[in-house]
Parts: sequence; structure tokens; C-alpha cells
Amino acid sequence: MQLFKKPTTFDFMSKRTMAVTFSALLILISIGSLATRGLNFGLDFTGGTLIELGYSHPVDLTIVRSTLESSGFPEAVAQHFGTTKDILVRIAPQEGKSNADISTTVMTALRSVEEDKVEMRRVEFVGPQVGEELTNDGGLAMIYALIGILIYVGFRFEYRFAIGSVAALVHDVVITLGAFSLFQLSFDLTVLAAILAVIGYSLNDTIVVFDRIRENFRKMRKGTSVDIVNASLNQTLSRTMMTSITTLLVLLALFAVGGELIHGFATALIIGVVVGTYSSIYVASASVLSLGISKEDLMPVEKEGEDLDHIP
Amino acid sequence: MLNQYPAWKYLLLIVVLGASTLYALPNLYGEDPALQVSSSRNTAVDISTQEKVRTLLQDANVSFNSILLADEQILVRFSDTEAQLTAKDVVKEGLGRGYVVALNLAPRTPDWLRAMNAAPMYLGLDLRGGVHFLMEVDVDAAVHQAEERYISDFRGLLRENKVRYVKIGRYVGKDGDSAVEVKFRSAEARDKAERLLEREYPDLSIDDEDRGDAYFMLARLEEQEKRETRKLALKQNITTLRNRVNELGVAEPVIQQQGDERIVVQLPGVQDTARAKEILGATATLEFRLTDETHDAEEAARTGRIPAGLKLYTQREGGHALLKNRVMLTGDYIIDASSGLDQQSGSPAVYITLDGKGASIFSKVTGENVKKLMSVVFIERKTETRLVDGVPVKTRRTVEEVINTARIQEQLSKRFQITGLDSTKEAHNLALLLRAGALAAPIEIIEERTIGPSLGQDNIDQGFASVVIGFVLVLVFMAVWYRGFGLVANMALAFNLVVIIAVLSMLQATLTLPGIAGIVLTVGMAVDANVLIFERIREELRNGISPQAAINSGYAKAFSTIADANITTLIAALVLFGFGTGPIKGFAITLSIGIITSMFTAIVGTRAVVNLVYGNRRVEKLSI
Repeated sequence: MQLFKKPTTFDFMSKRTMAVTFSALLILISIGSLATRGLNFGLDFTGGTLIELGYSHPVDLTIVRSTLESSGFPEAVAQHFGTTKDILVRIAPQEGKSNADISTTVMTALRSVEEDKVEMRRVEFVGPQVGEELTNDGGLAMIYALIGILIYVGFRFEYRFAIGSVAALVHDVVITLGAFSLFQLSFDLTVLAAILAVIGYSLNDTIVVFDRIRENFRKMRKGTSVDIVNASLNQTLSRTMMTSITTLLVLLALFAVGGELIHGFATALIIGVVVGTYSSIYVASASVLSLGISKEDLMPVEKEGEDLDHIP
Repeated sequence: MLNQYPAWKYLLLIVVLGASTLYALPNLYGEDPALQVSSSRNTAVDISTQEKVRTLLQDANVSFNSILLADEQILVRFSDTEAQLTAKDVVKEGLGRGYVVALNLAPRTPDWLRAMNAAPMYLGLDLRGGVHFLMEVDVDAAVHQAEERYISDFRGLLRENKVRYVKIGRYVGKDGDSAVEVKFRSAEARDKAERLLEREYPDLSIDDEDRGDAYFMLARLEEQEKRETRKLALKQNITTLRNRVNELGVAEPVIQQQGDERIVVQLPGVQDTARAKEILGATATLEFRLTDETHDAEEAARTGRIPAGLKLYTQREGGHALLKNRVMLTGDYIIDASSGLDQQSGSPAVYITLDGKGASIFSKVTGENVKKLMSVVFIERKTETRLVDGVPVKTRRTVEEVINTARIQEQLSKRFQITGLDSTKEAHNLALLLRAGALAAPIEIIEERTIGPSLGQDNIDQGFASVVIGFVLVLVFMAVWYRGFGLVANMALAFNLVVIIAVLSMLQATLTLPGIAGIVLTVGMAVDANVLIFERIREELRNGISPQAAINSGYAKAFSTIADANITTLIAALVLFGFGTGPIKGFAITLSIGIITSMFTAIVGTRAVVNLVYGNRRVEKLSI
């Protein structure tokens, strides 16, 4: 089976003004939401206590809440988690009171009102100093990843490609973050990992397109830069779609059966893969064009990849 | 000749496939509930211990599958957890102290595989259940303590040499600067003191400072020494924590330094986190002081007027006590402590044994004070981080309580007991804390992640399900899309999965839930290399090139693209690894391994099969 029977000849680049407007709009919305609503940071970043409990029967939240209140945690948030038998209790870090003993107190209190066995499924406590560090380290990690990639792509291709790929990455990261902010999805450590994986994935896509653009600039005698970029995009289109589909397939599997703990991770990657696919076509390539790439820039001084071709 | 592989390439593939299968194999065998007996101190675990355990279990009618002594550890396997739990109580009771008896899950890896060092993947706490603590050591408190020691040393030295001073205390300046400060009335006294101290303590840097008509001397620890003190405090904490963990009875605990002032403690299988926290988090020591019997402690507490030379304490039972300032003995001299019941009253008691120096000090002071009241002060040091106006602020808290007051009946020496504890459990905990040694600096739990056993199992099940479903979806999709070549890619994908598991098992890397997610993601992305190659081949075919040539140039042209794409993804994965903690590291590891192995299987692996099928013959049409 083939996705496209004949080689496609979509004129992607003629619509690049529209695409730029669309991307700019998405980025504006994302930044706007990030600025006003912010991210719904999970426990990993804010610090605090989280307790997941499993009951042998459906449990009434009002009882849980009143127990929590009477044992000195009026600010605790209790909710069902997955099923009505499981509950999740969150206690935000508080002024003057934050230590590892809170979870013990809460567990004892909740166990005392329940005759059946209450099973501890998960306890997480993150002290205020850890959360703050994570936020800093997470931001740093993203910057390091971007710098590393900028250097590698600049070295392997040309600086315009490096800028183009990083523009695409920033675009993907901002929009994925924006989606998490807009819908107030919980942003925890696994989501941060997913965002870094999005960087890896989106880059993978962009590099494949760039590789073809470079090849065609060297090979094709005729045609403007726009024509060459268009041809390259068409030639790689079916691969771009295929890889996105297989990746999305496994991500949907993770999303559906991977369990609650991996939900945010899968969501971030799904958004990232969709946006990343779009950005490698429009953002990355369009940036390279706007930066004024031309044939002369890519004519090889020495033929790259020559000695590599024999390996397979 | 096009599309032919030399024999060594096939051989390489067969070797890699064979080795990977062997090393991935241990993961299929499952685990036995087991009991692990090891020595905690001064005891040897040998063949006689093994026989003792065997007899204990046989006498108690607990059936077990096997008992094995290896690496100074005894491993007893059971067929069910019930037998395992009964056995733990029996063995613990029977062997007594000095041994660590821990529950464990022992992999059922057959001997021939174990002989090749093949072992199953190491499961992270989120999959097997257990507690993860990140503890922060208040290393500055160790420096503080060192300065306190100098203060009392100075005091003694100056007094001995009849140098007059006004006051000695700790000076705390800005930016963590601290020193021992001595105030003198005259410059002459200061000069004399300085000469004395410089000779006695050459490591200290001593400065003068005149404020008004007062003469000050500031003695600072060298930066180097402060660093050493901090380092030592952390090291001592790790040792102490290790001892305490041994007392808790945990199989395969992890106690590791992280950064300059943090310690990671992982206790697989531990459920009673409250007790673990109590044992690990507290710093306790004892002080023995004489009790004042001439003043009314309650009145002193009410009025706040405390007679000279005395100090006011609260009693654990309620009420107050006035104790003498002079400490008779500190907890540092304690070498052993055990709990039991007092033979006369039947109440819980802690038996304490002192070292030689402690015993001689103690027998001297108790001998001078027979028939007087002596109190035991329990001192617990805690560090807490609180949020004050949104900024984490570290506060140190010392709780000093009189836990016991008794008349000294006779001269005490090497071995004596403390009574007056609330419960046997408290006696047990106190003994444990004293025995395991006081921590050099207070320690605080700053992160806890506990996963119950049921959630751990759920995570394994869900993780496994998502790998299988994701894998099958991709297999079907590839087969439908690329037909014959799709099947070849599928073989490579399955091969890749085996190699990833084999590498993880060989490295004994920790598999976590995000790690599984990394494997799933790799499955989705690993086919990318094949998609690139196949699309190239299709393109070449469309350009009218012969099938054989199309295969060749398809692989050749796709190669540098694949390399570039994967290396950049690897950069992102490595950054993730460098920054990540715990579970996230697991994700980075599986992703990195997956990227590398997929390049091998998707390029070399598929090419080998394609060459076998199409190579060295006339081909009209490709199944692509």
C-alpha cells in the first residue's frame, strides 16, 4: 500500500505566509496563556504531599474530606483517582508546616475511620527546596539540549539550518507547553521528560527534511530555492507521515493502557508529535528560506557522507 | 556483485542475536519469595548459620524450596509469601541480633544462565514497590559543632594558663562566615592568648579586632577544614544510615551520596514508611546530668528565674526538672544498647554498654555522687525546611527532654540500664537509635516517593500491555504498508526489542515506568530508519532503476540521513540523562539504548535479510 500513489507535487511553500500567520497565532495564544494562566505545576515542582489510597469498596469523598479536616488538614484536596475505590489526597506546601511526617499523620487518620483495610498505593512528598531546583534544572536542561543541537546541526549542515531547526523546536516546545497551560493539564516531571523527547522527535523530522533539501540543492540544476524546498518536502512527505503515524500508534497505546501515571507523558508527546510534524514542514523549511539559503551556500567543499555510503 | 553480504556480517548478526536472546532470557523466569540473611556486625554468616536457619525452619514446620549460602549471605526460597512471612519471624527470633533478616524476591534464573552472569533487569521502585527517600544533611551544623568544641577547648586552655578573658562565644557573620570569638579586657591578655592558641591550634586562622575599648580575637576554621568537616559529616551520615537500614531488615537497599549534601535511600519492598522515617530521620543522643533537689523546678518554670549553675528542662511525663549545668557523660561513649524488660518492675528498659573511656569517666562521677538523683536527657536534633513568604528557610530544632530520673544506687560503670520508657516499642527504638550511632549532623527527608505493592504490579501490567499493544499495532501497520519489506522491518523490530532488554539486563540498569515508556517510544521511532530506506527504494524504483540497484542506493542514500537524525535525538536523550533524576533517568537510558540498537537492527539487520532474499539473483519486482 502506498500513501501517495504518485509523487506528490504540493506547493507547500506558497502557503508559507499563511502557515507563519497560523504558527504565530498559536504561539501568541500559548505565550498569552503561559503568561496569564501559567502551568498547572504538579507536586514535583511545587512541593507538597500526595497520597493515593485504595479502598476495598467505593468510598464517599465527603467522609474523607471531613476526616482530613478534623485531623488538621482543612486545605487538603481529595478526589477519586481512576475508580471510585481509589482516592488521591493532595496537600499543598504550607507556610510554616512542611515535612515528611504529614503523610504519616494523614494515613493514620484515614485508616482510623475505615474498618476495612485501606491500602497505601502511593505517597509522594517533595520538600520546597527540591521543587525549586527542579524548575531551574528543567529549564536549564532544555537550554542545554537546544544549544547541543544548534552546534551539531550548525556543524553538519550550515548555520541557517541550525537556526531553522531550533526555531522549529522552540515553536514545538512553546505550543506543547501552551496546550498544557491552556487546558490546565498537570505538568509534572514525566511531562518535562516528554517535552525533551519532543525536542528529539521534532528534530529527527526536521533533519530528514533538511538532509533532502541539501541533497537537492546540490543535485537539481534548475529551479528556484522555493522550488527545491518544495520538491524536497514532497519527496519526504510520505516518510514524514509514516513515521508520525507509527509513533502516534504507540503513543495512543500508552495513552489508553499505560495507566494514570503515564497519562501526562503520553499527552505531551502526542501534541508534540503532531506539532513537530507540522513544524518540520513549515517552520523549519520556511525559516531556512527566509534566511535566504542559496545553492552556493551548500555546494560541497568536500563530499560529505562519501565514506559512509558503503557501510550498509 | 550487488546486495551480497560477506559471511562475517551474517556471523556478527547471528552472534548478536544469540547473545541478546541469552541475556534477555532471565527476564522470563519470574521470581520466588525469599528470605535473605546477612550479618549486621561482628557476626559471620557461614555454614553453621545456614544449618541453624535450616533447623529453625524445620522445627517450625515451615516448608522451603532451597537454602543456599553465597557471598556471605543465606538465601532461602519459598513457594508462597505466607511461608516467607512466617519464616521471617521464626528466623529473626531464632538468630537474635547481629543478623539482618530481610524479605526479598529472588529471581528464578537457572544455574547455567547465572553462570554466564545473566540476570533479569533490575526493577525500579515504581514497579516493585518500596520507599525512596532523598535526605539532606545539614552539613553546616557539623561545622557549628566543630566550633562549639573549640569553644570549650579554648575555655579550658585559657583557664589552665591563667589568661583572663571576658567571654567566649560563636561569632556568626554574613555569607556563612563564622568563627569562635573571644573577648578580652586588655590587648596584653589577647596577645598572650593568641600565642597560646596559635601554638596549640596551628590550623586555625586567628585575627584581631578592636571594637571600642573591647579587644576581640576571632579564630576561624580554614576553608579547607570546613570542607573536610562537611564531607566527613556526610560520610558519617551515610555509614550511620547504612547501619540503621540494616537494622530495619531490607534486602538490596540503596544508600548513595547525591551531590555535596544529599543522600538517596531506597528501600525496596518496605511498606511501613512511618517507622522507616522515624528510624532514618532522627538524630538522638543522651546526656546524663545530676538533678538539683534544693530548688522548685515548677516555680522556676513559672517565674523564669533559673538558679545559677542550673538548667531547666521539661520532662517527658509532664512537668519540669532543674538539672546541673555540668554534663556527667554524653552519648558518644555508648557502644551498645539493647532493649528488654526490667527484671524488677517489668517495665521496658534499655541496657547500655559504655566504652572503656566512658566507663572510667562514668564510674568516677557516679562514685562521687552515690545517693544523688541523676537524670537522663534525650536530645533529638531535627532540621526542617519551612516556607516563609514563599522562600524555603531551614530551621534547626533541638528537643531536649528528661526521659528518666533515678537515684544513683551504686557506682555505675560499663553496663547499666535506663527505665521509665513508655512502651517496649519506644525502648526498642531508643536502643536502635543509640546503637546505630548518633548522626554527625541533623538530617532531613526532603523527598519521599513510596509505591505500594499493588500499584507496582499495576504499573508492570500496564507498562507491559502498552508495549505489547504498541508493538502489535506497528507490526500490522508495517506489514500492510510495505508488505514483504514490512515483514523484514518487523523482524528487525522484534530483534531490536530483544537487544534492548538484553542490554538493560547486562548493564543491570534500573527499569522504571518512564523507562518502559521509553521502550514503547523507541518501538514507534525505530521503524523510522526502515521507513526512510523503504521510501528511498520506492523512489528509486519510480525513477526506473532496476530492483537490485534500487535496494542498494536506497540503503546507501538513507544512511547519512538516519545517522544525522538519530545522533540529534541522542543528544536530547543524553541531556535528559544528565539532568534527570530517578525515573526520568530510566526514560533517558532506554531511549538512548533504543536509538543505538535500532540503528544496528534497522540497517544491518534488515539489509542482511533483504540480501538473503533478493541478493545474487535476477529480480523483476520487489514486494514493497
